[in-house]
Amino acid sequence: MPVIKDVVCTFCGCLCDDLEVTVEDNKITKVGKACKLGRAKTMGMFLHERIEKPMIRKNGKDSELEECSYDEAITKAAEILVAAKRPMSYGWCSTSCEAIEKAVVLAEETGSLLDSTANVCHGPSALATQEKGAPSCSLGTAKNYADLIIFWGCNPVHAHPRHQTRYSTMAKGAFTPNGKKDKKMVVVDPRNTDTAKKADLLLQLKPGSDYVLIESLRAIVNGHADILPDEIAGLPKAKVMELADMCKASKFGIIYFGMGITQTRGRYKSGDNVASLLSDLNQTNKFVMIGMRGHYNVTGFGQVAAWEAGFPMAIDFSRGSAYYNPGETGTNDVLMRREVDAFITGAADPGAHFPQESIKHLYKIPAIQVDGYANPTTEFSDVVIPAAIAGVECDGTAYRMDGQPIRMKKLIETTFKTDEEILTEIIAKVRELKGNGGA
Amino acid sequence: MAEMVIKNGVVYDPKNGVDGERNEICIKDGKIVDNVGAGAKVVDAEGCLVLPGGVDGHTHCAGKINTARIMSPHDMRYAPVAGLSGPEPRTKLLRPQVGYNTPNTHGIGYRYSKLGYTTIAEAAITPMMARHMHEEFESIPILDKLALVLLGSNWQVMQYIQDGDSEMLKSYMAWALLASRGYGVKIVNPGGGSNWTWGKNVSGLDDKVIDFDVTPADILVGLAEANEALNLPHSIHVHCNNLGIPGNITTTLATMKLLEKVKASQDRQVMHLTHMQFHSYTGTSWMDFASGSDQIADYMNSHDHLTFDMGQMIFGPAMTMTADGPTEYRNARMFDAKWSNYDQELEDAGGIVPLSYTPQHFAHATMWSIGLELALLVKDPWKVMFTTDNPNGGAFVNYPEAQVLLMSDKKRQEVIAGFPDMTMDRISLPNIDRELDWGEMTVMTRSMPAKMLGLDVKGHLGAGADADVAIYDVKPDKVDVSVEHEAVKKALSFAKYTIKGGEIVVQDGEIMALPKGKVYWVNAYENGIVQAEKDRLMTDLEERFKKYYSIQLSNYMVEDAYVPRPVEIRPEVA
Repeated sequence: MPVIKDVVCTFCGCLCDDLEVTVEDNKITKVGKACKLGRAKTMGMFLHERIEKPMIRKNGKDSELEECSYDEAITKAAEILVAAKRPMSYGWCSTSCEAIEKAVVLAEETGSLLDSTANVCHGPSALATQEKGAPSCSLGTAKNYADLIIFWGCNPVHAHPRHQTRYSTMAKGAFTPNGKKDKKMVVVDPRNTDTAKKADLLLQLKPGSDYVLIESLRAIVNGHADILPDEIAGLPKAKVMELADMCKASKFGIIYFGMGITQTRGRYKSGDNVASLLSDLNQTNKFVMIGMRGHYNVTGFGQVAAWEAGFPMAIDFSRGSAYYNPGETGTNDVLMRREVDAFITGAADPGAHFPQESIKHLYKIPAIQVDGYANPTTEFSDVVIPAAIAGVECDGTAYRMDGQPIRMKKLIETTFKTDEEILTEIIAKVRELKGNGGA
Repeated sequence: MAEMVIKNGVVYDPKNGVDGERNEICIKDGKIVDNVGAGAKVVDAEGCLVLPGGVDGHTHCAGKINTARIMSPHDMRYAPVAGLSGPEPRTKLLRPQVGYNTPNTHGIGYRYSKLGYTTIAEAAITPMMARHMHEEFESIPILDKLALVLLGSNWQVMQYIQDGDSEMLKSYMAWALLASRGYGVKIVNPGGGSNWTWGKNVSGLDDKVIDFDVTPADILVGLAEANEALNLPHSIHVHCNNLGIPGNITTTLATMKLLEKVKASQDRQVMHLTHMQFHSYTGTSWMDFASGSDQIADYMNSHDHLTFDMGQMIFGPAMTMTADGPTEYRNARMFDAKWSNYDQELEDAGGIVPLSYTPQHFAHATMWSIGLELALLVKDPWKVMFTTDNPNGGAFVNYPEAQVLLMSDKKRQEVIAGFPDMTMDRISLPNIDRELDWGEMTVMTRSMPAKMLGLDVKGHLGAGADADVAIYDVKPDKVDVSVEHEAVKKALSFAKYTIKGGEIVVQDGEIMALPKGKVYWVNAYENGIVQAEKDRLMTDLEERFKKYYSIQLSNYMVEDAYVPRPVEIRPEVA
């Protein structure tokens, strides 16, 4: 039986690249080494509801989606974007960098806003980086060196299931040959999560008080423990002191952080303060951080957008040049202001993840979806274009949560067009409709 | 491809002994040829300056720069150099541009081309991150590119040096270039990158690296010997220990002397020292810190085994990015600046910190002077490459500013007049009246970088060279650069023509066409390493990947898809 080795998993930001996939008669029959999530993703087209044909709604949002050809759907999509005064392009995080490059070109071509799923996820991490930088390392460095691992506001047992065995708590590395025995693990989370249950120390802080806790750790690290109150962020001071002592005693510490930092009270200011804490700690010992990115290539979106356009997200091309002002130009900023009059999304599901106010507006404007699977976004999309699944049905590049690019493999043949092909055809159609070769 | 002839130009082609002569330049199929037919397209240079296309042998243009972009949305709006920085909207032909120190890829391609540059060398990439660099290379239009691969804190390198296994070292070096589609070997703060993963550094050539029984000196000599044994076109390319620290000239001079014992395999230097300005400081602290350019120049003038580049500073905002992780942490703490760090497993460190240089501060004024002093005090321009270590010392769009400084004592004196008094006893620049002529300037910006890199087809206009030509609106026989420096600076900023591979890509300072550039890389593995040694290396690497790396060996090497227009160079096997 043909087994493809070292396959790159395209579920989460861990981007595990050691999967063993069995393919029989162009069907994936077995996925070895993957976690539950990765297996489900890789075998997805045989498990989930696939969008089989391009579809268009001909009589408004309340009419049914009707099957059509790729050409019709792509033409309709181009017409919508060309007719719009303030189009928005969103998502492009569960696809290849090659497709993302095309999404940038399409946004330029249509004077569009362009944003990624980071808008409701790790966007504040980018803002924190812009405030204070990002002291980081590769996941392999952390595996080899880290003797103190802090999971802050994240739950890898469920969200990044192989993280601990491949890169962090349980991984054996050059200076941590005994794996877990050579490492301490701390969890900072208001919830007693399944990750927290295995921690050496759990700081179950009061929800929304992350900034206070980080600031207190900075005070202790900088020798000002005496000014702190007895209770910090809902925790006894002694427990906070214990964490600070662990930080100071480690040779190489790392903070893996998730939505608990980025999407709680304090937002990017909490991330900014984490970077400041690391800058302080590095005076005596090595300490770095890595954001636990969700979509397997959301890191890639930030990279591609940055080199192509100069900014990692929330880009507005309406002036012809790239303008960036998150808070003003982020997806949900413009949706809540009801500013956008056309919407294209790909490889993401805003229908499932956006606030109601944004969804209400999306229901009122023409929406285009490019995706392999039907999902809540399909329900309000006027044009639905089925796409091949990157990393399964086509190859391409993805960036791991630590910024490591890896080439995804094509495992099976497909008749679906790839995201890259679909975007390329929409771009060509837009140019044709505008009739001026571009400008 | 159609033929072309450039007529009525004043040509400088130092490699071929042409010094301001009215020669015709003939082009066919992207190459310089001896003559063309009568139907060739005529480009009338109207008495203007005709040079080979510029070669930037040390620039940070792909890879790490992207983290700098993400860190610095403020840079995207800077526009201190009109027409070459800041946001610019898309046009029928061009993609939107942004940025000053960290422009988007399209901005990099357009703006280098406007300056008349046609080839750039990314100065620092780890093998593991090379895929990212190639993605950016592919996105940078027009220019030809090549990459210098970081090996100076690499575990394999240090292990094989510790074992005294020169065959494995050679095999690994050749394999690392193959894996990354790289061109040459870069060494940054040898050993210091590895120590920085523990938050430590090395303080000089003889410190021990923490986890290996080797010193920075062992690493330098080991890699230099392997480099020459493989007969690579470029020598080792070295960023010395102790960058930016008063008194570091001791380390720099010791490094220069250390390499006297290694013999070059071909007619070029045995080591290139990069951004020398940052390594030429005397003193014991910032209080008694001063220029050591005279000592460096004395050594360079009496030895022939080295070349260096300036690392000239440009006043204003800069973006520092280097594999020298400890230096960046020090910068961040010293200036309370934002700090990004990246420790790449088994390979090297890295950091990014935005800085700003001001002529009102004696330290910056002194650093600015040192870069110019080095270029002016070393007599042979074939030993000096013009750089700003873009964008560490300053953004490449300022090259014309710094080039004119080398050609005009008057302009230098005007700047020096604004320096604080505390600068004056630290520098020798006020007493240096040398002004480079066009021939010397052409060497430092074209011919020397090409020779230093071992790129035979670049940096000259002889038959067989790539048809990369820059024509500037300067009449060399009429203009007095010393006095008319502003006009010359403007002419150098916006080429009258830039011709890349025989195609006009810039005319009157505007981009005309967007061909895609090639990527030069060196394959010393295929023929250079015998099968038994390849097998021995692979056995060891398989073990190391299983234990220490976080990706599979089979997913590590840069795939062909990322290098669609490669130029593979296979060194002759010794």
